[in-house]
Amino acid sequence: MNLVLDSITKIVDGETHLNNISLKIESGATNVILGHTLAGKTSLLRLMAGLDRPTAGRILLDGKDVTGLFVRKRSVAMVYQQFVNYPSMNVYNNIASPLKMGGLSAAEIDQKVRKTAAMLHIDNLLERLPAELSGGQQQRTAIARSLVKDAELLLLDEPLVNLDYKLREELQVELQEIFKERKAIVVYTTTEPSEALMLGGNIVVLDEGCVLQTGATPYVYRRPATTRVAQVFSNPPINYLPGVVQGRVARLGQDIDIPMEGHLQSVPEGKYIFGVRPNHLFLTNGSEKNAEIRVKVALAEINGSETFIHVNHGEMHLVVQEDGIHPRHIGSEIAVYVNPCCFFVYDEAGQLLASPFQRE
Amino acid sequence: MARIEFEDVAHSYLRRPQKEADYAIKTIRNVWDDGGAYALLGPSGCGKTTLLNIISGLLTPTKGRVLYNGIDVTSLPPEKRNIAQVFQFPVLYDTMTVYENLAFPLQNRRMDKKEIHQRVHEVAEILDLTSCLRHKAAGLAADAKQKISLGRGLVRSDVAAILFDEPLTVIDPHLKWHLRRKLKEIHEQLKLTLIYVTHDQMEALTFADKVVIMYEGEIVQTGTPEELFENPEHKFVGYFIGSPGMNFFGCHLDGNVAYVDGVGIKLEAGTADAGQKAQGTLELGIRPKYLEVSPIPVENGLEAIVKNFEDLGSYKIATILLKDKTLYARLPEDVPVARGRAWIVFPPQKIKLYADGRLVK
Repeated sequence: MNLVLDSITKIVDGETHLNNISLKIESGATNVILGHTLAGKTSLLRLMAGLDRPTAGRILLDGKDVTGLFVRKRSVAMVYQQFVNYPSMNVYNNIASPLKMGGLSAAEIDQKVRKTAAMLHIDNLLERLPAELSGGQQQRTAIARSLVKDAELLLLDEPLVNLDYKLREELQVELQEIFKERKAIVVYTTTEPSEALMLGGNIVVLDEGCVLQTGATPYVYRRPATTRVAQVFSNPPINYLPGVVQGRVARLGQDIDIPMEGHLQSVPEGKYIFGVRPNHLFLTNGSEKNAEIRVKVALAEINGSETFIHVNHGEMHLVVQEDGIHPRHIGSEIAVYVNPCCFFVYDEAGQLLASPFQRE
Repeated sequence: MARIEFEDVAHSYLRRPQKEADYAIKTIRNVWDDGGAYALLGPSGCGKTTLLNIISGLLTPTKGRVLYNGIDVTSLPPEKRNIAQVFQFPVLYDTMTVYENLAFPLQNRRMDKKEIHQRVHEVAEILDLTSCLRHKAAGLAADAKQKISLGRGLVRSDVAAILFDEPLTVIDPHLKWHLRRKLKEIHEQLKLTLIYVTHDQMEALTFADKVVIMYEGEIVQTGTPEELFENPEHKFVGYFIGSPGMNFFGCHLDGNVAYVDGVGIKLEAGTADAGQKAQGTLELGIRPKYLEVSPIPVENGLEAIVKNFEDLGSYKIATILLKDKTLYARLPEDVPVARGRAWIVFPPQKIKLYADGRLVK
């Protein structure tokens, strides 16, 4: 199955929410839409669902034009950020609700509801009302309801964003297994690069209503075509340093020199933007080729398994991501290291010229 | 500033609590040192907000005593305890200017105008609010409003402690780190006793010198972020701190070897000795980060199957089957990994044993 968006534009009150979007989305792999808040992710899902109509353009499902077809006439299920359930129905009836119109026998409905509930580990909660559930259990109920009907199109709009991180971790793993079993076209939106990578499949990077890049998720992560894609697909944000290439050396900022070797060799002289992800800046010097950068610590954020150290080098603000726990005092002066083989190089217009991964 | 002490404090929301399960806070004996920055971290329902409300005096505990600098304050209301509180939502007067908001707690104490002026400017400087002192509070963004709430606590030089209840909930994600930094700076500058409640591990571990992990009404561990990661004293800490959480397997010991499903895993002599003496159900725990995975046989390598792996950009998570047990390994981005047969090494110095969920020492 496939869903084609053909030159879709959506304008609301004179404001362009989606700008001339053409996409082909297929079943068989998870399709991730990655973008910051207000990038247009929800607008796009609502058009796919048939909840809204595009201002211009067509939507085709397996070649058939469904642009004007109302949501009720389409085979679609959607999960929202907020935990949306029927408050007066128990979990069982919430999950069963999409099956009530389908002409199934009570026994068939019962079997489907119990099977789906078991898949989401809420089969022991079937008698409870949504108000008697934790946030995680409420969202499991909403997800079960979206899965019970075998819709052709399964749309999930940041479904885990309101859960705490341990629940998110569990559900990310479970959802992947569930998606594998489905024949439906699955579209999943997120703001989180790590969630996108976890889901894998194919990605659409969306920004200010425009598609910036599409492709296999790990491929796009390793070759972000523009500085903007790299920003959207990097958390903590990618570090950018202005650089001038002269001879076979690049000077980054005021005083950081790196040799233009390896994948940087073919970059001609001129002005560029050098990008390096936080996990490729290091607190210890592991290679002779590394450049040292003297910095002042702004804050060390610790997330449990990793530390994000925000530092300043003159006017430049950089983030270093290290595995493990590395407390550092605010204001202390330390050195960080970068290996020239880790830089992305963008031209002044922000187009990718060299990636550390181009040989793969 | 104050040293805050709990003497066998327990609390139940029921009028006549009978059994242990009736208590939201089980018996807690704890000391919050003067000038320390503490975070209370745990999942929703663990009792952390109840604990904070007992510290502030919003709640009188069912049992036990609360001492501030050795003085019993158990039955005193919040306003008599000289504490400042910052809640999830900013608490301030929208129609007043930022200056008036900050000055208000001092005017109530009839402080001299000149002194108020000086104190408000000092605090505004610390919080980067100087440029908006004349603005009405109503027009400001959530992060500025939350800084004013904090400032209203900081202006009082006699405050015993500042208590925070999930103060960054309404702040935009990309602004959070600025406020985390501000809080940390304030603590380093002013050495106030700060107690901070959150369910977000990043917030807790970044903010606090000491993180207090709560689980089902108990404090299961108090420690630095490093101690919580390297030496979880309770299974819950191993699970809750770090991503993915710690791997745990039921095991039994024979000499210096722990057997998991018949597979022998070598332990350090000290670990094994302590395990032999421990009572209760024994489990072996290891952080995913410390497992080594090799595609070829290696010394002390246990044969297993890599069922799946996920490339998360800066690291990989491998899902591994060791006999019937599933475990996770967290591998650096440049370590090659493939599905299929693999040999797993459990470095003995990184293995912990737990008896009935508690670290064997």
